[in-house]
Amino acid sequence: MTPLQVCLLFSALLFATGFAGAVTRRHAILVLIGIELMLNAANVNLIAFWRFGPHPEALTGFIFVLFSMALAAAEAAVGLALVIAIFRHKKTSNLDEVKDLKG
Amino acid sequence: MNWIVQYLWLIPVLPMLAAGIIAVNKQPQRKLAATLAIGSMAVGFLLSLCAFAATLGHGEGTFREVFSFPWIQFGGQWMDIGWVLDPLTAIMLVMVTFVGMLIFIFSVGYMAHDQNFMRFFCFLALFAAGMLGVVIANSLFLFFVSWEIVGLTSYLLIGFWFHKPSAAAAAKKAFITTRIGDLGLLLGMVWLYAQTGTLNFYDHGNGCLEQSALTAMLAHATVGGFAVTTAIGLLIFLGAVGKSGQVPLHVWLPDAMEGPTPVSALIHAATMVAAGVFLVARVYPLMSAGALPAEHGAPVTTALTVVTWVGAITAIFAASIAVAQNDIKRILAYSTVSQLGYMMMGLGVGGVAVGMFHLITHAFFKALLFLGSGSVIHGCHEEQDVRKMGGLKKYMPVTFAVYAVGMLALSGFPLFFSGFWSKDEILHHASNWSASHVPFYLGCAGALLTAFYMTRQVALVFFGKYRGGAQENTADSHADAHAHGHHQPSAHETGHDQTPHESPAVMTVPLIILAVFAVLLGFVGTPAWPWFDGYMTGETVSFDFSKLTESGTLELMVASAVIVFTGLGLGVFLYGKRQRKTVEEKDVLEAAQPALFTLLQNKYYIDELYEHTVIRFNALAAWFCDFLDQWIFGGAVLLVSYVTLGLAWLYRLMDEKLVNFGFDAGCDSLRGLGGGSSRLHTGRVQTYLRVIGVALVLLILFLVWGRKA
Repeated sequence: MTPLQVCLLFSALLFATGFAGAVTRRHAILVLIGIELMLNAANVNLIAFWRFGPHPEALTGFIFVLFSMALAAAEAAVGLALVIAIFRHKKTSNLDEVKDLKG
Repeated sequence: MNWIVQYLWLIPVLPMLAAGIIAVNKQPQRKLAATLAIGSMAVGFLLSLCAFAATLGHGEGTFREVFSFPWIQFGGQWMDIGWVLDPLTAIMLVMVTFVGMLIFIFSVGYMAHDQNFMRFFCFLALFAAGMLGVVIANSLFLFFVSWEIVGLTSYLLIGFWFHKPSAAAAAKKAFITTRIGDLGLLLGMVWLYAQTGTLNFYDHGNGCLEQSALTAMLAHATVGGFAVTTAIGLLIFLGAVGKSGQVPLHVWLPDAMEGPTPVSALIHAATMVAAGVFLVARVYPLMSAGALPAEHGAPVTTALTVVTWVGAITAIFAASIAVAQNDIKRILAYSTVSQLGYMMMGLGVGGVAVGMFHLITHAFFKALLFLGSGSVIHGCHEEQDVRKMGGLKKYMPVTFAVYAVGMLALSGFPLFFSGFWSKDEILHHASNWSASHVPFYLGCAGALLTAFYMTRQVALVFFGKYRGGAQENTADSHADAHAHGHHQPSAHETGHDQTPHESPAVMTVPLIILAVFAVLLGFVGTPAWPWFDGYMTGETVSFDFSKLTESGTLELMVASAVIVFTGLGLGVFLYGKRQRKTVEEKDVLEAAQPALFTLLQNKYYIDELYEHTVIRFNALAAWFCDFLDQWIFGGAVLLVSYVTLGLAWLYRLMDEKLVNFGFDAGCDSLRGLGGGSSRLHTGRVQTYLRVIGVALVLLILFLVWGRKA
């Protein structure tokens, strides 16, 4: 097994873990944590393909991931703010009870 | 161009401004109203004198200057309006402004007690504006506009005391009757415009009364071989017939006496009714166009023959009616109709100068007579029935003196009074008329009757004993005074002032001035010194005493004097010698010839004839139109509305049962579809995420195995 395959397997595992968490947990913050895990799985993939790719000296994947993390931080901030707002409004953070978008 | 020609428009515009200012002022400013109206007339009179002076002393040929400017455009053509100054205009201007001014002054006294003093002067000033517009107009268009203003004010002033039903009816009658004539004038005007392309009378050779246009029109002939000029001339004459109260449209003029007496004097004796005569004089070139050169005297054409006959018949017809009337103003009204007939006859047989001379002299002495009768009516407390007067000579000496002058002038008393000279000139030309001598005999008979009825009137009013008194003075005049809106707290109600009284100076002074002119004016047109003729035709004349004794002239003067003396003598014999004692007593003529007298008193039953023919026909036509309107046209409209209603009902049915049904079904199914699909949207974020996950797995499976297969 090459190091790239190991990395990809790891990232797939990480993604599956995050996805399972995001889908199954009822608490909004835990769902956010799941989403962050999925995002990091994607970052691991980007690093892996850069590190074991044809031009590892070019730093492209590294820069890409740096942006991605900044994005993730901003997303987390917005997501947490939404959770707080919903909690204030609904007095709950259980996502099953937040279904105003019902058609 | 003479400066006065350019400023001629001021003469009619000033009274119009006065009327406007009076109209916008408040009721109590009587002094302002009277001052404005009289002042505008006085300024107009001075300007008229300047205009008159400008027309004098031009040697051979007539003085004529015009001032025109384009007014409105229709199609590619401009309609011009403008004014003309020639002897005809100048003499009318002087007469209208002078007589008008005197009558305005008289009105201040006559209308002193009337509540609607302001309205009266507003209308009078407006009338003066219209009349002066008629006089100066150089286009038939402007003429017609002014003519209608005059007709309107005539209507307004006849109906001035409109709360009297008889006055309101008389106003309507006057307006509608003259309308019949005006229709003819309008048609003539349109036809003239179609023929010549202009309505200007004189326009430096291009006007419709000038030679080129007349020659062009004479070349055309209409039905019956008449020249177009004849047809147009007769249509225009129809307008003159309506306005001047000629037979058969004379019926409105005696009824018009319902208006205040100054109105009768100004409008229905001196000026407006003379406008018809003036119109014929104005379009005289059109009327006389195409005449063969006559051996002596005036030209003879079909149009002028009609004018002559209408005038002659009117003259004798109205004079005979006047014999049997009892209302002082009605006698004068029929006399006016009769004299207007003379003027028409004069125009027909002798030309412009002859007719106009009588118009001018008549304006003065008839205004004098009407104002005199106004003074009498005023003095007798609004009494108009001559049977209830009598003996006024004693009570009203000034009025009697001036009235006698007017009466002698109207009768044509020889040598010293204007009426004699002007009437004599007409008769003189009538006797020389080449077409027929009958108008001459009719004129002579009319002159006899004129002298007779005027003697009768004066004898009844001024001689004998006063017959009005306590018993008559209560009901009638009381109602009158009330109806006139008078507020006389005084006098004849309390009973101690039953006797007639002389009128104030504001009324008698104009009378005296008019009387002076009624005498003097005749001397400008005697056979010895026919200045007026020369002035109108532009020939120089000289004083030649021997012309008085020329053969023909002298015989006629003697004959006419004999006629007048016969009439006067007959009047004195029948009415002067033995005065009626009571109001109820039968008239002398009535006792002798009851049938004839009744016929005359009822005006030959002309009103009744019209009642049973024209008005009956009109009512029938109106009923028919009403029937058409209600049942035929109304029915058609109703039918259309029902069809529309039926269609609307059908549409509603289709809409509700057919169209709506389809749409409803469509809507229902769409709504169901929407409801079903909305059930997928649970609102739970994790469900969506799950679906995304499953879809992702399925996608990957498809990509991995789908490619291999």
